Amino acid sequence: MSDGGLRGGPLSTPVAGLGRFGLYLALLAPHLLRPWRQPGAVLRQLHFIGARSVTVIAVAGGFVGMVVALQFHDTLVRFGAVGMLGAAVVLSLIRELAPVLTALIVIGRVGSAMCAEMGIMRSDNQVDALECMAIDPYGYLLAPRFIATLIAVPLLTALFNVVGIGGGWFVGVVMFDISGGAYFSAMADSVLGRDVAMDVVKSLVFALVIVWICTGKGFLMHLAARPAFGAEGVSRTTTEAVVAASITVLFADYIISALML
Amino acid sequence: MGNFRTELGVGLFMLAGLACLFYLAVSLGDFQPFGSARYPLEARFVSSSGLKPGAFVEVGGVRVGRVTAIELDPETYESRVHLELDPEVRLQEDAIASIRTEGIIGDKFIKITPGGSDAILAPGDTMFETESSISLEELISKYIFESDN
Repeated sequence: MSDGGLRGGPLSTPVAGLGRFGLYLALLAPHLLRPWRQPGAVLRQLHFIGARSVTVIAVAGGFVGMVVALQFHDTLVRFGAVGMLGAAVVLSLIRELAPVLTALIVIGRVGSAMCAEMGIMRSDNQVDALECMAIDPYGYLLAPRFIATLIAVPLLTALFNVVGIGGGWFVGVVMFDISGGAYFSAMADSVLGRDVAMDVVKSLVFALVIVWICTGKGFLMHLAARPAFGAEGVSRTTTEAVVAASITVLFADYIISALML
Repeated sequence: MGNFRTELGVGLFMLAGLACLFYLAVSLGDFQPFGSARYPLEARFVSSSGLKPGAFVEVGGVRVGRVTAIELDPETYESRVHLELDPEVRLQEDAIASIRTEGIIGDKFIKITPGGSDAILAPGDTMFETESSISLEELISKYIFESDN
């Protein structure tokens, strides 16, 4: 089996499963240091992960910005502090909502697809066929997906932020008649370089979590404690990958916030 | 031509994403990749309680700079507040820096009142004419305890 010498099977315990995922990342790491090896494959993945997620990210970002502004306006107006609306919207977006929601949307739209693709390739022995042709599946299949996800997710998060700020502006300034200057100056005053850094760190960590768990689950499907084969196995593995990636993103979110605040 | 459209799509996506990231970092996060054109000054306060790095500096109600760092002088136990100001703002040696609060519960900022001296502060100079933070709690407790007597 072309799995980089990883062994699993029915005796595999959860701890061994964790170790297998660690080794999977270690086997992949050398390929990530040479990102220019397959520009075409990285480009195709960037198109799938990044460019084609723009619409859903923009729509989600716009509505999240609008609803955050609506909720904060309802609270702030009681304290006569609607001038703080811009700060409230941008801080909730940049620190929490944009990285987390972008990650969850990417898991749903891209992570599930990557896991199913890897799972079907494994199930059809296409990975073994690659190895028969002396093509390293880590470099050929997985590295472009890792590189593209690590580039695309921070950019999608930035897009989510900016569209969300626009959504907040629409509700605050256009609907509730707050001064546009107050909205944007409260925003610029409240955001520090540290907040933007936290946004970028979170999106990079989430990108790694997403692509690691989603491709790993599919690619190592046959080694799981309950080895998965065929259509049913791919379906079960994809469900597990989406759940595990979502939970891990939320867990990592808490850890990063606790460390960086 | 499918390949060309992929490249164009990815190019547009990356341009839009980088533009958003640049906006967040430079316009909101005060990240200055080309160095700041502002010049540094230092002000010494007996207490700078409540003042935070990033707080703005006003002259005549107009924002002309911000606080970059606050540290304790271990010898005099004074607070050394580092400021940076726009280059066109030239302050006299006897200009007064006061820590004020925006509204009653708002953030602290530094208000600078121009002086009358001919000597202009050079970059890196220290302002000694300062007024410390006014603590609302101290004022209230003073009022309560004095009225008791």
